[in-house]
Amino acid sequence: MSATAIAVPAAEPSYLTDGLTLRSWLLTTDHKRIALLYLGTITIFFFVGGIAAALIRLNLVVPEGLIPSAETYNRLFTMHGVVMVWFFLIPAVPTTLGNFIVPLMLGARDLAFPRLNLASWYLFVIAGIVVLYALFVGGVDTGWTFYTPLSTAYSKGHVVAAIVGVFIAGFSSIATGLNFIVSIHRLRAPGMTWYRLPVFLWSLYATSVILVLATPVLAMTLLLLSFERIFHIGVFDPALGGDPLLFQHLFWFYSHPAVYIMILPGFGVVSEIIPAFSSKRLFGYKFVVWCSIAIAVISFLVWGHHMFVAGTSLYSALVFSILSYMVAVPSAIKVFNWIGTMHKGFIRFDAPMLYALGFIGLFTMGGLTGLFVAALAADVHLTQTYFIVAHFHYVMVGGMVSAYFAGLHYWWPKITGRMYPEMWGRAGALIIFIGFNFTFFPQFILGYLGMPRRYHSYPPEFEVLNVLSSAGATILAVGYLLPLAYLTWSLFYGERASANPWGATGLEWRTPSPPPTDNFDETPVVTEPPYNYPPPELVQRHV
Amino acid sequence: MSETYLPHEVQYSSARHQAESAISGMWLFLATEVLFFGALFLTWIYSRHWNQAGFDAGAQHTNLAIGTVNTVILLASSFVYSAGVAFIEAGNTRRLVQCAAAAWLLGLAFLILKFGVEWRDDFAKHLFPGADFAIHGPLGGSARIFFEFYFLGTALHGLHMVGGLVLVGWIIWRARRAEFSPALHTPVIVVGLYWSFVDIVWIVLYPLLYLVGRGP
Repeated sequence: MSATAIAVPAAEPSYLTDGLTLRSWLLTTDHKRIALLYLGTITIFFFVGGIAAALIRLNLVVPEGLIPSAETYNRLFTMHGVVMVWFFLIPAVPTTLGNFIVPLMLGARDLAFPRLNLASWYLFVIAGIVVLYALFVGGVDTGWTFYTPLSTAYSKGHVVAAIVGVFIAGFSSIATGLNFIVSIHRLRAPGMTWYRLPVFLWSLYATSVILVLATPVLAMTLLLLSFERIFHIGVFDPALGGDPLLFQHLFWFYSHPAVYIMILPGFGVVSEIIPAFSSKRLFGYKFVVWCSIAIAVISFLVWGHHMFVAGTSLYSALVFSILSYMVAVPSAIKVFNWIGTMHKGFIRFDAPMLYALGFIGLFTMGGLTGLFVAALAADVHLTQTYFIVAHFHYVMVGGMVSAYFAGLHYWWPKITGRMYPEMWGRAGALIIFIGFNFTFFPQFILGYLGMPRRYHSYPPEFEVLNVLSSAGATILAVGYLLPLAYLTWSLFYGERASANPWGATGLEWRTPSPPPTDNFDETPVVTEPPYNYPPPELVQRHV
Repeated sequence: MSETYLPHEVQYSSARHQAESAISGMWLFLATEVLFFGALFLTWIYSRHWNQAGFDAGAQHTNLAIGTVNTVILLASSFVYSAGVAFIEAGNTRRLVQCAAAAWLLGLAFLILKFGVEWRDDFAKHLFPGADFAIHGPLGGSARIFFEFYFLGTALHGLHMVGGLVLVGWIIWRARRAEFSPALHTPVIVVGLYWSFVDIVWIVLYPLLYLVGRGP
């Protein structure tokens, strides 16, 4: 009856309130807290890489380049590439959303190896510091690919320091992948059979297989590269009796599958969101599942398409071209399945769904333009032009970053216990979609017209399209700053979230938001298939 | 029945569940190691294909006697360690400690022979492919690449050995505190898998370093 009884009750005890000291965060082995540590870290790297991108676009506003030195420009795009690839795109979804959601979806209390999980974050931070050191004391001018003999004989930058950073980050990747694989095999709740696993888990499983099997090859390649740079004996520089193509083979054996490390988790996120916001079962669940596995397998067999013009034999190029077409098949099947899921569903256009729809559109563009460059003859014309830049940004930024934001909004109530402001969320999704197309669509045309990538100046006839692209980049920047602002705001002022604000299936929604430290009070038992939404004819439309 | 009382982490349903997961984790880690060394061996084979005469010239400067003795030492070390695993399964902690200690000492002997004796000798003979490399003439360039592999391969294997010694030492320390029993000795098995893997790497390195270049 007293006034205190009516006051808003304090939040339930959760993993967020279980220890409030800095020590309780830095020494935590709770997968949910480690996910948040990662979230903070990769957000910093996203903006570091983003600032480099902003300076690149600023330089290209005028044909002769606003930055006086081409050398500085080279260091900027290298910084952008290294930071974005290894410190944002590859870890983003697995280490943040994956770390948080995987045990919850499995119905488990933690990952299989919690201390290894924490160690992977520390390795990641150390790697990040080493790379930032390399980039800020003078930088690297080789591009993120570290091609030899430029990187071993001619580059004047801090190549070895950057490589040490990437090398250490690899251990972090391997630890995460290993943890996911063992957890998904060993920690499924009673009744959670393989075909009852949500697709997010299948995608992360496929991702982890690539992380675990491809990363060590990059590690050895980078070791050989460092050895060659330090001691001037090596297997890559033709002047030393080596073969530069060997480096490219080894590098792309990792780095092409790495593209799928970036995009497969995005597929998983979208496969959760589309059924939830269409109130329908995922169309062709088994197809989506096996397409994830197929992509992981085929991704190991397509690396040669990066070297069509590098002097490989015509026959190997033909084989790699055909294999590259093949990897498009499972990706396309997934797109059809998402669309099939939406067909006749009750679609709600909440922010996660808007981001997911943006993902489908942009990824499809990125994927289809990939077919152009998988064709041998077209690739001769398009390779090393802005067409390539536009193609992979559609996949990685339009696709992967949109999916990351989709997942972040979708699981934000679960992670923080707060709702984000819906109106701002939708605005953010729209602004990012528009800004992205504005930035990168002109680059398809620029590339088709023959503007080469990685040059700090260009002929005046390309000016209009470049100005358009840079103007779009400012919209995109606003789009990326918005979520930073309103998601931070929601941490303090957002409405408290219920356990299942979206009415979604999946075990993660069967525990309070935010979850208690041990995830579930009682181990959940799974008795139904995934995405068991009622048939559309039974669903009453909410007014 | 006593198994239900064994301690285990919260995410597992039993100690056995945890043990099996830890063992599968180590197998998966070893898969990453196979890919890691696999890339080195692939590069090696590719380079040798194009530089065969130089690789053979380089290989003839390696110390076959030490290499062979080391191979025997390493195999013996793994064998003894595996015997220790069998002993703890039978409940004999004292024999486990003895076996692990013998495996540790054999590992140390390998490292002393490899780096204290063989490497020192190699450096004295100017076989490190630096400024004053010993092998001149038309094959010098290729021989340098051989010795890049020689030093990189043995150094990486040596680092894995050092890590292995730390782990085996940890097993000895825990076994002396009677922390292992027939029902609960997962770390002994996991470290054993790793220790045997380091052997397997050497079994590939040994012919590549010492034998292939010495054919008739």
